[in-house]
Amino acid sequence: MIPTQSQSFSMLLVAIAPFLAAFVAPTVKRFLPNHAGWVLALIPTSIFLYLLSFVDLIAQGEKIQFALPWIPNLGIQLSFYLDGLSLVFGLLISGIGAFIVIYSGGYLNGHYHLGRFYAFILMFMGSMLGLVMSDNIITLFVFWELTSITSFLLIGFDHSRQASRRAAIQALVVTGGGGLLLLAGLLLMAFTMRTLDISTMLQQPGFMSEQPTYLLVFILVLFGAATKSAQVPFHFWLPNAMEAPTPVSAYLHSATMVKAGVYLLARMSPILGGTVEWQVTLPILGGITLITGALLALRQTDMKQMLAYTTMASLGMLVMLIGNGSKEGILAAMLFLVAHSFYKGGLFMVVGSIDHETGTRDITQVSGIWKSLPVTFFGAALAAASMAGLPVALGFFAKEEIYLIAKGMEWQHWLLAVTALVGNALMMAAGAAIAIRPFLGVRIATPKTPHEAPLSMLVGPAILAVLGVVVGLFIHQFGDWFFSPSASAIYNHKVSNHLGLHFDPIPLGLSVVTWIVGGIVLWKLDRIRDLLQALARVWTWGPDKGFDQAMFGLVRFADWITRLFHHGRLEQYLILVFVALGVAIYTPMVLNGSLPDVPNVLPQLRFQEWGVLLIAVLGLFAVVFGRTRLVAIVSLGIQGFAVALIFLLLGAPDLGFTQFMVETLSVVILALVMTKLHLDQRDNRVFEEVIRDGGLALICGIGLTTLLLAVLRTDLDTTLTDFFIQTSVPIAHGRNIVNVILVDYRALDTLGEISVVMTAGIAILALIRLRAGGPKRGIGAIKRAAGQRAKRAASKARSAS
Amino acid sequence: MNTIIFRTIAPYLTALMVVFSIFVLLRGHNEPGGGFIGGLIAASAIAIYGISAGVSEVRRALVFHPITFAGFGVLMAAIAGLMSAFVDVPFLMGLWLFIDLGDGSELALSTPMLFDIGVYFVVLGAISTIALALEEDEDGK
Repeated sequence: MIPTQSQSFSMLLVAIAPFLAAFVAPTVKRFLPNHAGWVLALIPTSIFLYLLSFVDLIAQGEKIQFALPWIPNLGIQLSFYLDGLSLVFGLLISGIGAFIVIYSGGYLNGHYHLGRFYAFILMFMGSMLGLVMSDNIITLFVFWELTSITSFLLIGFDHSRQASRRAAIQALVVTGGGGLLLLAGLLLMAFTMRTLDISTMLQQPGFMSEQPTYLLVFILVLFGAATKSAQVPFHFWLPNAMEAPTPVSAYLHSATMVKAGVYLLARMSPILGGTVEWQVTLPILGGITLITGALLALRQTDMKQMLAYTTMASLGMLVMLIGNGSKEGILAAMLFLVAHSFYKGGLFMVVGSIDHETGTRDITQVSGIWKSLPVTFFGAALAAASMAGLPVALGFFAKEEIYLIAKGMEWQHWLLAVTALVGNALMMAAGAAIAIRPFLGVRIATPKTPHEAPLSMLVGPAILAVLGVVVGLFIHQFGDWFFSPSASAIYNHKVSNHLGLHFDPIPLGLSVVTWIVGGIVLWKLDRIRDLLQALARVWTWGPDKGFDQAMFGLVRFADWITRLFHHGRLEQYLILVFVALGVAIYTPMVLNGSLPDVPNVLPQLRFQEWGVLLIAVLGLFAVVFGRTRLVAIVSLGIQGFAVALIFLLLGAPDLGFTQFMVETLSVVILALVMTKLHLDQRDNRVFEEVIRDGGLALICGIGLTTLLLAVLRTDLDTTLTDFFIQTSVPIAHGRNIVNVILVDYRALDTLGEISVVMTAGIAILALIRLRAGGPKRGIGAIKRAAGQRAKRAASKARSAS
Repeated sequence: MNTIIFRTIAPYLTALMVVFSIFVLLRGHNEPGGGFIGGLIAASAIAIYGISAGVSEVRRALVFHPITFAGFGVLMAAIAGLMSAFVDVPFLMGLWLFIDLGDGSELALSTPMLFDIGVYFVVLGAISTIALALEEDEDGK
């Protein structure tokens, strides 16, 4: 469906509004220091309600598309596309986003930079909404990178701590690096498919997999998705990202941003999926991530870390399911994705509340606080129930749908189901531990005496937890609205909605096994944790350390390169420059065999031209044999003046004119540099150096001469010259063609050049000041000096009177 | 080098060169000249004044730090380019305004002229920044 103009505008607003809100967020916070969160949450809430109005339309299989031109020359549009998949993501992002904004107000209440925090969160929300609604792959990539950047800002929010800064940079390097590979993959795909629009690509499923570029595109896109969605071995940034304030962890690093990779794979599934590569690589990658994440989760005592690793495991599960690519797999992925966002977002907020209220989030240090935090406990219990997949919670249906894959009865289906079972059981144990250990049992002393969290910190976990059950209760209806349309969008064919409370023996049997295994793990959790920690002490190397080593190596490498080329010896620089010049001149001429013959007749020159030439030669000799450097510099000027005279004589007054000025200024500045650098009066090069430098100069000089001769030998193409001569006066109103070219025809070049001139001026100024020992003079210094003079004068006047 | 003759003549020479540089700048569209060469002449004028009268004196006369002129020039050139946005033509497209002066002659104002003036300021600013910084002694005199 193509929406009307006003509808297009409001669609655009969905992606833009959070950015606008981010802009005013600090101001809102200033005027309403305690309630800004509630006000700002209106933005995501209205986006949520707006998107909700499309549910019916989308459920009927409609797709909504609209585009605004952005860079029309390159075919890049700000185009948006709303189908079942983007709608579910959009609703999750805006809905959970609203709770997160409210929650942040309570969690960071009184924090000096709360306004900035709101701004970052809202910017992230806009980027994420833009990402899932993008139709154009360039737009998609821009929003993709924006989520990485906002994530960087949010992880490093507490930037005074070294751990935060490291985690922020690590996340940026990993996800940003993956983003670059993704860009390459997307562009390659776009060139292969001859379109930049995903919606057009979706109309030719299976086309890409027959192309020779397929494998490369697949690998590059997979890198993008795997880094963003924390798949092994790129998972290490995610647990470190827990340095961010808890609302960020709940929102970015569990409910939304890390799912961007999953979204990408889901979106690309009809285009890139269905191949052997896809169906083998993704389930293996996802399966390994699932098991690794789940095991690592049990090793932790920090509840946030436990959740982080189970998030990683869940992402592995999603990748595995999308890789499976069957109807059940896709539907299971969507169910699991929504269920996970609900319970994991909620559990993160619960852990944040526990941390906020007791002062610790170590699972062994908190116990029996349910009486103090009853509502929080309620949220935690329901969320954990959904995570464990207990009946009627949404998580239950997700799990049943996953186990339906086992009905395929082939070994790979069973392998997938068993992997999912082990992962589910371990995750269930981790989730249940967080819901039970801190709340039940004997009360032990905590750093702070716990009270129930404020209202703003209860709304999110409580409603998300309730939602997890409500959606489960009315699963068929929600299936019609959300799960079937979104799964259809991934599957590219209608996925009928068979969701409901009917018990199939195989899935139910596997569920029961899951609960039993999960229960045993929960019961023996402390033993298992000790075991895993003992293992961790033996096996100390991991990708996290590898990252540090790689970064360190990069710095060392950069240092080495810098030392190699930036050694500070001027003559070496010059030798390098002239050797490069010689290579650049001779190589093409020798390779093309276009070395010109030496002309064997003297040119016919007039008397005055011979005179000027003589001056130039005299100047040259003076340069080479000058006794002092100053003489050499001035002689260079003589030589330059002679050249300028030649220009004048040959009818290029502009060139001659400019040459005169350049020569004059060069002599002045060279002489000044000489005095400034305190160079010796005389050139004290030893014989070997004279030979070396002189030889180099001769080679380059002869090279330039040959080059000019070679140029003269070819016929001059006068197309451009004719064009300029003919059009200079009529369309550019100028008779001086050189000037017209500079300021009109090639003005963009000139603009670039003058920017370079200005920058060079600044750089030279800085260098000279550096030498003079610090920034003593300058705009500020002049003003300061003037101020001091005025003060002195005033005090003098006072003392005189 | 710093003789009394040079010191006496330098201010007049500088003034003359600055006026000449503006002349060269403005005639540049039709006759030999232009912003680049004009800027070079003006920069030499400033360098000469600096040698004769001392750098602090030049800095006082210029009011602003010379690099500011360069920045101003780039800004001006960019603005000249952006003018095209108001009449919906591509960036840097030349726009012309011919004002009839009544006596049969007309005054041509244009964005290329504005652009050229920008070039003039950049060259003037950058070169005189370098020259003045080099002329200065370590203690700023």
